[in-house]
Amino acid sequence: MKKIISILLLFSLFACGTDDKINTVNFSFNFSHNWDETPVSNEDFNSIKFTNANNDQLSIERLRYLISDIKFENSNGESIIIEGYNLIDVTNNQNLSFAPSVSIRKGTYSNVSFIFGFKNEKNIDGAYPDLNATSWNVPAMLGGGYHYMQLDGKFLNSSNTEQGYNYHAIRAADNPGMNPTFPQDTFFEVHLGNVTISNDAIFNIEMNIAEWFKNPHTWDLNVLNQMLMPNSNAQILMYDNGQNVFSLESINQ
Amino acid sequence: MKKLNLHICLLTLFIIASCTNEKVDIFSSTPSPLQIPQLFEDKILNPVIPIDNPQTEEGIELGKKLFFDPILSADNTQACADCHAPENAFTDTDRFSDGISGALGTRNSMPIFNLAWNYDEKFFWDGNSFSLEHQAFIPVTDPIEMASTWKDVEQKLQNHSEYPNLFQLAFGTATIDSSLVTKAIAQFERTLISSNSKFDKYLLNEISLTPEEFNGFNVFMDENKGDCFHCHGSENNPLWTDNLFHNNGLDSQFSDLGFGAITGDPADNGKFKSPSLRNLVFTAPYMHDGRFSTLDEVINHYSEGLQNSPTIDPLMKKVAQGGVQLSEQDKADLKSFLLSLSDYEFINNPAFKNQ
Ligand code: HEC
Ligand code: HEC
Repeated sequence: MKKIISILLLFSLFACGTDDKINTVNFSFNFSHNWDETPVSNEDFNSIKFTNANNDQLSIERLRYLISDIKFENSNGESIIIEGYNLIDVTNNQNLSFAPSVSIRKGTYSNVSFIFGFKNEKNIDGAYPDLNATSWNVPAMLGGGYHYMQLDGKFLNSSNTEQGYNYHAIRAADNPGMNPTFPQDTFFEVHLGNVTISNDAIFNIEMNIAEWFKNPHTWDLNVLNQMLMPNSNAQILMYDNGQNVFSLESINQ
Repeated sequence: MKKLNLHICLLTLFIIASCTNEKVDIFSSTPSPLQIPQLFEDKILNPVIPIDNPQTEEGIELGKKLFFDPILSADNTQACADCHAPENAFTDTDRFSDGISGALGTRNSMPIFNLAWNYDEKFFWDGNSFSLEHQAFIPVTDPIEMASTWKDVEQKLQNHSEYPNLFQLAFGTATIDSSLVTKAIAQFERTLISSNSKFDKYLLNEISLTPEEFNGFNVFMDENKGDCFHCHGSENNPLWTDNLFHNNGLDSQFSDLGFGAITGDPADNGKFKSPSLRNLVFTAPYMHDGRFSTLDEVINHYSEGLQNSPTIDPLMKKVAQGGVQLSEQDKADLKSFLLSLSDYEFINNPAFKNQ
């Protein structure tokens, strides 16, 4: 919804014809997914067809995750942060492409990045109606705010029967209740590296889902499968494993 | 969500269009925008109102009359309200509702409230109907519900002493057709908003919960205990449903494929729409087939009665042990909390009753 409104706004701005038009371009982030280089889409969901680093066989039934605060930095140390977030819903093929309504200047940037999840100060309980409406919330007893990722599916357990897993990434919390404490931050910044922008640009970003189970911690689904939200150790393992999940494959411009 | 976008696009188009044709011929129905409750306004997205069916006083009034009028059924014996009664939060108390001939359906009737906030607009237990306007077409001709034909209904309404005038007032035409009938009913249904439960008042800081209700809410929200919030809303989603389709472990084999029969995808077999947990005190029996007559049975189901099947939702926990294994105290408290979502003002609202 926001997108459409802002596109309309942009449209009307452009119609006025400013000089800036020549020096600025639009960009979008396109998210694709793979399992160790084999492309994954929602068509691959619901059957046990993936094998993780621990040799557990698993399926994916749902995958959605949130990214926020895209940042462009130049070598002078200046940066623009594009405030806002996008909930990528692989299950329903929604929001796989995120085109913020902001245009950026052509030129070379020393780094482009985004946040996986929300920075703590943006992770405000109940603050975003679209995320509330889609039940993306984290219980107040765990500090409230929002999920970073929901990856749900089944795996074949040690007695060879299908069992559910809920790999839900949130802000790690201890002492659930009125005053939870937070052992360490578990959102993280994803660096896409330096880029030169000369035209409207599409950033092709890949998530290797297998990485969530691999590196540095080999994930054993027989041990860590459900009820991981209140498990701050599990959250920290997810944070560690998330560091190499995303990569910039290419930029079309 | 996409639909919402579409509506906005249409709205924009409409605004643009209305700039160009200075004067449009407008009959004098009175706009009556939905009164959005504070909590809904604060927490969630706006309701879905189709651009070609804005809420008007006359439309709502007409829709209400139609909703309670057995004229829509073949032998003038059954109204929508027979299976959707105000005192039951607009469902009924039967396991399977009987239609005009006494034949039983295979699904439990559904309550009707807050349906304008079903953003995906998929209605029925299996999501078989898109949009409230379209939904209202179905019962009239359903052979085991009202068993009528639209031609017949249109004729009866057209020959009626009051209806042609009421359609004139609501839609600017006295020529009655099925699409106007369903538009009026949908307008009435959209006004059926439930937002005044004890728990709502607690969230608005008007009252406090009992310790049992409060503990029950924590059981509901705790991933180590009930973990109900992933599908049934929370204090931040006052709908108390995600309006999505899940298999919550009722059966190991399905006599009713539910969502799977609609999508044709076997991975959707045995999935049904998560119902809102508002107003449970009025809406027994529970589940798509009304198999549980009490909330205790429902809670026992989640605690130790889960049946495994290939499409069971991965959010269902400890399936091998039958469920989340709540203590007796937690079960009782969870029930108290669920009951605190009941909205007595809603079922007693005179605007929603036939009088
Ligand atoms: C014989 C009983 C009966 C009658 C009469 C009846 N309904 Fe229903 N209604 C049901 C049942 C049963 C369901 C669930 C059906 C299913 O999921 O297959 C239902 C579902 C619905 C729903 C879907 C709610 C949701 O959340 O998805 C709406 C809306 C509705 N009915 C409106 C109406 C209207 C309007 C009328 C009159 C034109 C009507 N019903 C007449 C029994 C009835
Ligand atoms: C995976 C999603 C999911 C979770 C988690 C879940 N439910 Fe449900 N719930 C459903 C679905 C889907 C139905 C309808 C199933 C059907 O009729 O086939 C349902 C039905 C119900 C009903 C019956 C309502 C009615 O009007 O018929 C109640 C009450 C209920 N759930 C309470 C709970 C409680 C309490 C918990 C936590 C212990 C819980 N649910 C956890 C999805 C879920």
